[in-house]
Amino acid sequence: MTVYVSRDSASVSVGADEVAATLERAGVQVLRTGSRGMLWLEPLVEVDTPEGRVGYGPVNPEDVGGLISSGLLDGSAPGLGLVEELPWMRTQNRLTFARVGVIDPLSPDAHLQYGGNVGLQKALAMEPAAVVAEVSDSGLRGRGGAGFPTGIKWKTVLGAEGPLKFVCCNADEGDSSTFADRMLMEGDPFTLIEGMTIAAHAVGASEGYVYIRSEYPDAVATMRAAIEIARAQGWLGDNILGSDLSYDMHVRVGAGAYICGEETSMLESLEGKRGMVRAKPPIPALEGLFGKPTVVNNVLSLGAVPQILAKGAKAYADLGVGRSRGTTIFQLGGNIARGGVYETAFGITLGELVNDLGGGTASGRPIRAVQVGGPLGAYVPVEQFDLPMDYEAFAEAGAMVGHGGIAVFDDTVDMSWMARFAFEFCAAESCGKCTPCRIGAVRGVETMDRIRAGEDREKNLLLLDDLCELMTDGSLCAMGGLTPLPVQSARRHFEEDFTGKDLAR
Amino acid sequence: MTGLAPSAQVVAAEECARAAFAEHAGDRGPLMPIFHTIQERLGYVPPEVEPVLADLLNISIAEVHGVRTFYHDFRHSPAAHTVLVCRAEACQSLGGQALMAYAEEALGVDKGEVTPDGEIRLEQVFCLGNCALGPSVMVDGRVHGRVSPARFDALVGEVRST
Repeated sequence: MTVYVSRDSASVSVGADEVAATLERAGVQVLRTGSRGMLWLEPLVEVDTPEGRVGYGPVNPEDVGGLISSGLLDGSAPGLGLVEELPWMRTQNRLTFARVGVIDPLSPDAHLQYGGNVGLQKALAMEPAAVVAEVSDSGLRGRGGAGFPTGIKWKTVLGAEGPLKFVCCNADEGDSSTFADRMLMEGDPFTLIEGMTIAAHAVGASEGYVYIRSEYPDAVATMRAAIEIARAQGWLGDNILGSDLSYDMHVRVGAGAYICGEETSMLESLEGKRGMVRAKPPIPALEGLFGKPTVVNNVLSLGAVPQILAKGAKAYADLGVGRSRGTTIFQLGGNIARGGVYETAFGITLGELVNDLGGGTASGRPIRAVQVGGPLGAYVPVEQFDLPMDYEAFAEAGAMVGHGGIAVFDDTVDMSWMARFAFEFCAAESCGKCTPCRIGAVRGVETMDRIRAGEDREKNLLLLDDLCELMTDGSLCAMGGLTPLPVQSARRHFEEDFTGKDLAR
Repeated sequence: MTGLAPSAQVVAAEECARAAFAEHAGDRGPLMPIFHTIQERLGYVPPEVEPVLADLLNISIAEVHGVRTFYHDFRHSPAAHTVLVCRAEACQSLGGQALMAYAEEALGVDKGEVTPDGEIRLEQVFCLGNCALGPSVMVDGRVHGRVSPARFDALVGEVRST
């Protein structure tokens, strides 16, 4: 009888290790998996039954004894019921996250048993150009936030001449309320390795790097262990799965710089330099890491690739709306009753995610705003909850989907403080290369302080508009260029927080 | 400061830099992995490693210094334990800002400082990837979710006693 407990760092952050240890002390065999992504239920304990796995959660270590005596081990103790039948699980379309929370993340046998490497095998039997075409036809767009078509990027690298090309995975997931990259790396690292290997075959690369932020030590450890195992399995190295492909990859760790999530900064950092943004052109596809042709993709983009190859471009492209095809992984965080990851096709509305699935706020108070797409994303008011999650619909509404993270705030939030924070964050994390971002962020904090203190408010609000316009138009990258988005959306939708009498309380 | 440092400490830093360089000699663009290795062993990255690494990597001291000081993670002084309190938006929506204020008061230092006994370094961090279970705190590389002031005290107490 096997009992499953997540080893994901979110689960561990609320006591999963202690629960697993208590179970083991009671003589129960525990298999550590990734997390299902229902984080409000963590630590979640699952048990095999003939009908499927049944769940119990959240479980505290002190609950374990009682649970066992009331029938935990054969699943007869009253609990959550069949995990796969819970509304959160049943309504998802888990492609990238199919194995996360189900298998031991570092078991190569489980990877194969649950459909791993099928996409890789198919890709290796195809010409590189055909693999690129398959990815193009799937409609896959960069999941890191910019939404650039992955196939076009790959085609550019394939067409670039050169004996040395790289595949770089951007795992510098710094946006608040995003954690799907981390959960995939901790919960199913072989999928990312498989996606990167397919990319290497498609573009003619021989070397790969996963750049993981230092705030994710568990993801770093899991990816490193998985790479070692993959080498031993012949999934990395020379003649992968008996093909002509030779490809190996390495983990590199960031050092607390948000800007290294910007692809050219990340490349600089990988080269051992300060994470300063590069001017484009040249684009990384032609002159990337060490000046060589380089694919730079987000974890979730590369994580989607094995399924696209395994099931075919059409199956993937049949999902979604408009030009946003396939599934993506939404992440519900902040002040939310039921937070976690939820993989589904584009087109679900913001309100369905936040209210129907998320259950509103954790505090029980009314929602006032959500920030979608991280610290550079817009604040969206409840009145816009019918917006479909789709790149174009969000752009039209003056917002962005970004990496799919949604941070929920209740009615106690002070939106002028959040606007000030957007500038403070930019000032702390700007690489300093361009003036609008480096100086503008600092001036933004000062201007917001004056507005909040009621000093020459009319004039300072004009100055704020002017500053935001300058940062938007004049910054070298999205850091300075999009910092005005949270600021101005907060202002547009919550004007009263900027003009009220008593702001600096 | 550097001039007053005991020479044994300087020698140790330089030796650590040479060893880290040797371990990462096969890596492309090895400066970041080298710094990480040094910090793992010394608890910070002392300035004395700069001329040594510049020489070994055949780049300028300014370049090495630039990298060492660009990244928030490479600490400039030692501390036995590091406590990171998340101030990103998701944690702020659950009181992360108040938790940081509490942490500063409880430890008697501002963020970015080390307690006078050299035990605890308090830093802000923008996101630990635990956004559905905030406010979050990381203590010596381990994330803790739903951290109340009382839990914060308990977590700090645990590392202080070890």
